[in-house]
Amino acid sequence: MKIRAQIGMVLNLDKCIGCHTCSVTCKNVWTSRDGVEYAWFNNVETKPGIGYPKDWENQKRWNGGWERTKAGKIRPKQGAKWRILANIFGNPNLPEIDDYYEPFTFDYDHLKSAPEMEAFPTARPRSLISGERIEKIKWGPNWEEILGGEFSKRSKDYNFEGIQKEMYGLYEQTFMMYLPRLCEHCLNPACVSACPSGAIYKREEDGVVLIDQEKCRGWRMCVSACPYKKIYYNWSSGKSEKCTFCYPRLESGLPTVCSETCVGRIRYIGVMLYDADKIAEAAFVENEKDLYEAQLGVFLDPNDPEVIAAARAEGIPEDWIKGARNSPIWKMAMEWKIAFPLHPEYRTLPMVWYVPPLSPIQNAAEAGMIAAEDGMPDVKSLRIPVQYLANLLTAGDEAPVVSALERMLAMRAYMRSKTVDGVINLGVAKRVGMTPLQIDEMYQLMAIANYEDRFVIPTTHREVVEDAYDLRSECGFTDGNGCSAGVSSGKLFGSKKHVTPKDGWQ
Amino acid sequence: MHGFIFGIYPYIALSVLLIGSIARYERDPFTWKSSSSQLLRRKQLIFGSVLFHVGVLTIFFGHLFGLLTPLPLIEALGISHEAKQILAVVVGGVAGGMALVGGIILIHRRLIDPRIHATSSAMDIIILSLLLLQLCLGLLTIIISVQNIDGVEMVKFMQWAQAIFTFDTRAASYTEGAPLLFQLHIFLGLTVFTLFPFSRLVHMLSVPVRYLWRPGYQIVRTRKHSPKYPVE
Repeated sequence: MKIRAQIGMVLNLDKCIGCHTCSVTCKNVWTSRDGVEYAWFNNVETKPGIGYPKDWENQKRWNGGWERTKAGKIRPKQGAKWRILANIFGNPNLPEIDDYYEPFTFDYDHLKSAPEMEAFPTARPRSLISGERIEKIKWGPNWEEILGGEFSKRSKDYNFEGIQKEMYGLYEQTFMMYLPRLCEHCLNPACVSACPSGAIYKREEDGVVLIDQEKCRGWRMCVSACPYKKIYYNWSSGKSEKCTFCYPRLESGLPTVCSETCVGRIRYIGVMLYDADKIAEAAFVENEKDLYEAQLGVFLDPNDPEVIAAARAEGIPEDWIKGARNSPIWKMAMEWKIAFPLHPEYRTLPMVWYVPPLSPIQNAAEAGMIAAEDGMPDVKSLRIPVQYLANLLTAGDEAPVVSALERMLAMRAYMRSKTVDGVINLGVAKRVGMTPLQIDEMYQLMAIANYEDRFVIPTTHREVVEDAYDLRSECGFTDGNGCSAGVSSGKLFGSKKHVTPKDGWQ
Repeated sequence: MHGFIFGIYPYIALSVLLIGSIARYERDPFTWKSSSSQLLRRKQLIFGSVLFHVGVLTIFFGHLFGLLTPLPLIEALGISHEAKQILAVVVGGVAGGMALVGGIILIHRRLIDPRIHATSSAMDIIILSLLLLQLCLGLLTIIISVQNIDGVEMVKFMQWAQAIFTFDTRAASYTEGAPLLFQLHIFLGLTVFTLFPFSRLVHMLSVPVRYLWRPGYQIVRTRKHSPKYPVE
């Protein structure tokens, strides 16, 4: 047993209102720079839809993630190491920027500088890369917002696999949900494995996956390796960049920017203890539908005295062990089993998990007729097809998703009885296999969702790894040459290449 | 002038190459990269880049082997200069052709495509143009080589190159009287060496072959290290 601690996240999609506050605050902090205008470390997609970049979930097209070999092991889907190196001069699996979208600005100045004309002056779009006119903006990080676009295009969504999708194009039958996406900080990251330079690494102490900007050579294999397409090539600096899980904030016990600013309070951050020796076993499982269960098997019970002793022996700090015991992630993923990994079939063992959303009962006329046992409708009659959610979260296995949705419905029914009728409805709790105490706790965490319950983040322990004396008079966060900001203007080894609107083109 | 270009300039070029690369790697590793533009425009790149890289690498190692294999070793192995010359002309011709076609595709893309053009640095364009010019010169020398297939002329260049690396002060004398095309080809080659550390060419020094024998796939960085001054 080799115990490690991992910071994980859960997003309660049942409460996501699709406001994009997470995306915008993340962008303002991390990617409002040259070369990554098109990159959204966090973006919110409306599902069903093909997403951003286009069709990212379809690994038959992009070859991201891992595949199982005949020998029962796994290798990157884009090929073993020699194949990856053979593609180094031209990567056939790399999306083009138009698959994300060509970043643009508008000719704002024209609004005030235009000569007198018949028509009102307009601000037309202009490329942020070439500075040339863009006649039509064709795609973006939330292009299919609230079912934008034709069903025929949206329905190319990979999660419609095995579903008679035509009927969901009808107005009466349509459904939608939001899916905020960020780096999954996987236990078995495909990007790390594909980096020829060895620039991407997983941090032992908290599991955050980062790219060493000084070691990255821009071979761009990580971009195609990541099945979630959450590594972005900075076309200005020539280096790959990704979500950092806001590690400077995590280290000081603060939630990530996306979580902190989430107005729906849908995000949870906490510690999970896991057995690193079991990763291979879990990722090698033959049947894709077993991958979700296999990943559950990797996590270790933080209340188990043996685990605690082993964690201490491994040098995991006491407050991290305590954090793991109070972890909202542990409760939602392991105790109540209402949160699921995104696309476990990619075999990356992702660590950003999702609570599937409830949805209105399909047909209003039917609603009254549904046998609502204990005040609970059948989850099969929910508007969002269970198979769709299962394709998203459990590689198509419906049973765990059904159970999660039932537990969430049960929580509502139980609390309704409790607060409206003043009755403890033991029947509904028993039906979904939970105790009243558990349901109370679940209500507290998911409905009330207090800040300190959502974010249980132990601070980092610099004292065990660093000698503060060595750090005096050092720079803060910089990349590049010593204390320089990393952008060299007219210096020896590379001048600034690119003219941005603020530098002024005509 | 001849003495400077063939006797002294090589040392300047190699020194700049060596010291400049070390300085850049050490002082500004953030700028050390392949500068791939595939993300911005896939069209033309895969075909052009593969042709160009395979061609140029073949030529590079061909020159390395051709110029720097010690003369006594060649004789000991019983390789005739004529055979070597034929090999050089055939392999160099094919690889040079590939690199030239690939390079023309790449420079066309770099100059014509608005996205690539806007994001190119002056050095990107200069270095690619110089490499293309160098390829043309190199391919043109084949005409002369074919006329003197005995390989005697080539031996002079081998002597010169090996004299440079053995600090032989007579180096420049070996190339005296060599055809102008060859002299230009060597001069331009040395110039590319001089520009090397200031251009994107540095990425070839980080060719990631170590990846092949990196154990496993995953990399985990630990922050634990043994303290300098152990606690008593």
